[in-house]
Amino acid sequence: MTILIRNGLVVGPTGTQVTDLLIRDGVIAEVGTGLSAAGAEVIDATGCWVGPAFVDIHTHLREPGREAAETIESGANAGVLGGYGALVAMPNTEPALDNVALVSYVLAQGAKTRLDVAVAGAITVGRHGTALAPIAEMAALGVRLFTDDGTGVQNPALMRRALEYTAPLGVRLAQHCEDEALAGGGSMNEGAVSARLGLIGRPALAEELMVMRDIELLRLTGGRLHFLHLSTARSLALVNEARAQGLDVTSEIAPHHFTLSEEACEGFDSLFKVHPPLRTSSDVLALRGALLDGTVDAVATDHAPHTPELKDLPFDEAPAGMLNLEHAASLTFDVLRDNPVGFFNVLSRGPARIAQLRREDHRVGLSAHGGALSVGEDANIVIFNPNETWRVDKHQLASRATNTPYHGRELHGRVRSTIVRGSLVVNEGELQ
Amino acid sequence: MSLRGQNLLTLNGVSASTIVEVLDTAESFVEVNQRTIKKVPALKGRVVASLFFEESTRTRLSFETAAKRLGADVVSLAVASSSVKKGESLRDTIATIDALGLDAVVLRHKSSGAAVQVSRFVPDVRVINAGDGLHQHPTQGLLDVFTVREILAERQGALGSETGAELFKGLKVLIVGDIRHSRVARSDIAAYSALGAEVRVAAPGTLLPNDLTGWPVTVVTDFDEALAWADVVGLLRLQHERGTGAFVPSLSEFTFTYGLTAERMASMDPRTIVLHPGPMNRGVEIDSLVADRENAYMTRQVANGVPVRMAVLYLSVAGTKELE
Amino acid sequence: MKIEEPRQDRIRGLAFFAKSQLLTSDDVARAMKRMAHEIIERNQGVTGLVLVGLQRGGVPIAERLGALLADIAGEAVRVAALDVAFYRDDIETTPLKESSLTTLSGDLTGATVILVDDVLFTGRTIRAALLALSDWGRPAAIQLATLVDRGHRELPIRPDFVGKNLPTSLNESVQATLDGVWLGTKEAS
Repeated sequence: MTILIRNGLVVGPTGTQVTDLLIRDGVIAEVGTGLSAAGAEVIDATGCWVGPAFVDIHTHLREPGREAAETIESGANAGVLGGYGALVAMPNTEPALDNVALVSYVLAQGAKTRLDVAVAGAITVGRHGTALAPIAEMAALGVRLFTDDGTGVQNPALMRRALEYTAPLGVRLAQHCEDEALAGGGSMNEGAVSARLGLIGRPALAEELMVMRDIELLRLTGGRLHFLHLSTARSLALVNEARAQGLDVTSEIAPHHFTLSEEACEGFDSLFKVHPPLRTSSDVLALRGALLDGTVDAVATDHAPHTPELKDLPFDEAPAGMLNLEHAASLTFDVLRDNPVGFFNVLSRGPARIAQLRREDHRVGLSAHGGALSVGEDANIVIFNPNETWRVDKHQLASRATNTPYHGRELHGRVRSTIVRGSLVVNEGELQ
Repeated sequence: MSLRGQNLLTLNGVSASTIVEVLDTAESFVEVNQRTIKKVPALKGRVVASLFFEESTRTRLSFETAAKRLGADVVSLAVASSSVKKGESLRDTIATIDALGLDAVVLRHKSSGAAVQVSRFVPDVRVINAGDGLHQHPTQGLLDVFTVREILAERQGALGSETGAELFKGLKVLIVGDIRHSRVARSDIAAYSALGAEVRVAAPGTLLPNDLTGWPVTVVTDFDEALAWADVVGLLRLQHERGTGAFVPSLSEFTFTYGLTAERMASMDPRTIVLHPGPMNRGVEIDSLVADRENAYMTRQVANGVPVRMAVLYLSVAGTKELE
Repeated sequence: MKIEEPRQDRIRGLAFFAKSQLLTSDDVARAMKRMAHEIIERNQGVTGLVLVGLQRGGVPIAERLGALLADIAGEAVRVAALDVAFYRDDIETTPLKESSLTTLSGDLTGATVILVDDVLFTGRTIRAALLALSDWGRPAAIQLATLVDRGHRELPIRPDFVGKNLPTSLNESVQATLDGVWLGTKEAS
């Protein structure tokens, strides 16, 4: 397939230029102005941003175990519509992805979809937090991220051992930071709103204490650690300080944590229930500030589909999590509308580095992501229209589930086209 | 805004005039409850479903009696006898019963916000919150203030309805006990403060809400001093089933610090009104003998439950929504 | 004397505007004296009579009538107030009236009840009163006294004792108190 993207604002790692891109046989064949090619599908990208396809390092694909909410295929479709060229599937499926058989299964299913599916393996067997999972075996299949996400590793001794074990393996651990003893039983942020509503809260300190703990464990053991969905100003500050001290730490924030605050829970609508919970408006401002000054490495969706029967349960019983793949880019654009370089850094280049999906990471079976858009790179590209506004309709999403908190809301900026491995998989907002 | 044609989900944000309207209407129903035939046809032909996912014989009977004395048909679901398992969504249960054509649902549930959620599932059905988790128990708050107004008006030889909210201006109210986990506390505090009372709260440190920002109350640490200050003392029950026991070292320690013991009662002004939403943990938050004294008005509270709930059902279900 | 607008009118933003006064307080006093004599004549005295004034307008009329009967007959007459708000058949369509007190008590079996109202119009208030009274036993007879009958009955109900017959049109309104009777309209206030 030959695709000619004309006249778009091509966004590189440090700057932008209005130019054309020619894609042929799965790679970027030419970059320059006034390009032409016979038989090419021509996309006029005037006024649009053209950058590396987004990479989500935190997606819940629910297969195996909860296919009613999402399958690997439906999640991948939601992904490409959201501008993603690669997803990292979280291991909290049923059963958990803690062995090579299940990891192989997900990789095989993922290979049939429109985008690249990588897998994050569990750190502990069954994600129970007591015994290490066969991390090296999973790494041999190409797994580069390990997490017990859904919960964090509660036992500090076990977390230390996991860091020591993985240090020489060239992989990265990722932690869902929430101390269950402090946060367990809570369904929203602990604060004035939870006190008034009579809901048990999850204090910010439950997250921040585990961030502090893991930073110190990392300092002790060496290794690489990624912090999942940080939600408070203080958590970000702690990680930034650790990075400044030379520790190999990376961070991600989720769109809901920089868009919604705890007041959204006042109607007891479980669409707004998530772990870690929506925090205060000053935390929201701090997270938006981190996007603006580039001190956070990645935006990750934490896309968490749930069937309506489960979300209709009472607030304290309902499962946590919300959909995100199809609107994460627009929500990120809401903050970074004047900063296309920063936009692609947090949505694509940063996550690609963390998940080791770049060209220089030499992944087998997966193409390279988060590139500079130079000749010879795998053609994983997204065309984003900053001028389009659209209304979220939960019934029109590709995801099998409908638990988006933004139903009916108007968002700014929209993914127009997505190209994965040189194939046009989404054009004008439609699956191809 | 009036309760007419509206759901009653919370007392937070409810105005004094709305509360007074309920109290005045309840007074008419007190008279109805004194007749030989304790029934009026105001809700004839209406169906009221009583859905108690959390057992409470007293409150459920009070609501069902209220609905029946208004002439309504009552459909009753008590969780022990139903097939509702944990995990079955509220929406399914309501939909099954809604097929009968409900006019109103009286809901008690262990989860905070359950009544608010149900009101979204069935927007054409009036929803009356009979207690949702730790959140609110609006009819308890209403019958508590109704009882206080009735007693204070009696002392002046007047009817409560002749006094509006006047008797609450500057009234000194002390709420004691497990505030943190108490929906009764949240409803009482909202009602008393809306009517103009001054509210203080006393509780062990672990049983105060984690954040009192925006609460119209003052926290007091000297319980005995507060008892001398108060005109009304509202006791709360220690919520064993919600694990309150884990928050204090022992029940006897709770009684020692914040229980209404016989000694404390003896040194209180005999005109101080003592209330308790029931059921009482005799010997814990209130001494057994004390509970039967004259200024302990618990039986009055229970008696007032039916007329207050009749007033709520009448205004909410029979009334049409009005813009004021 | 300006009387307070009933709540359902306040809600709708309506007030009574008098156009003409048809009876003065003296006229009302004379009419009520006549009604009292009619009641005594019809019932051969006041024994067993219970006057039930319908909230709100009927209550002062019933009290005055009771005093007049007691004067003429030389023995006390029982007077009570009845609020029929909970018995109305239009609960679903009109804004709820404010409820007021019912002071009626005891068993009315065997008594002769005289319902007393200020203005008899469609008859629906009386229907509600009849429904309510059945909860107090079985009176030997129920009679109806009204200060003004303005016509436009929607039910087969007729008064036994009338102070003044007043033909009106549907868009007119009547206010009848011990101080007088006015014809007017209800308009946005």
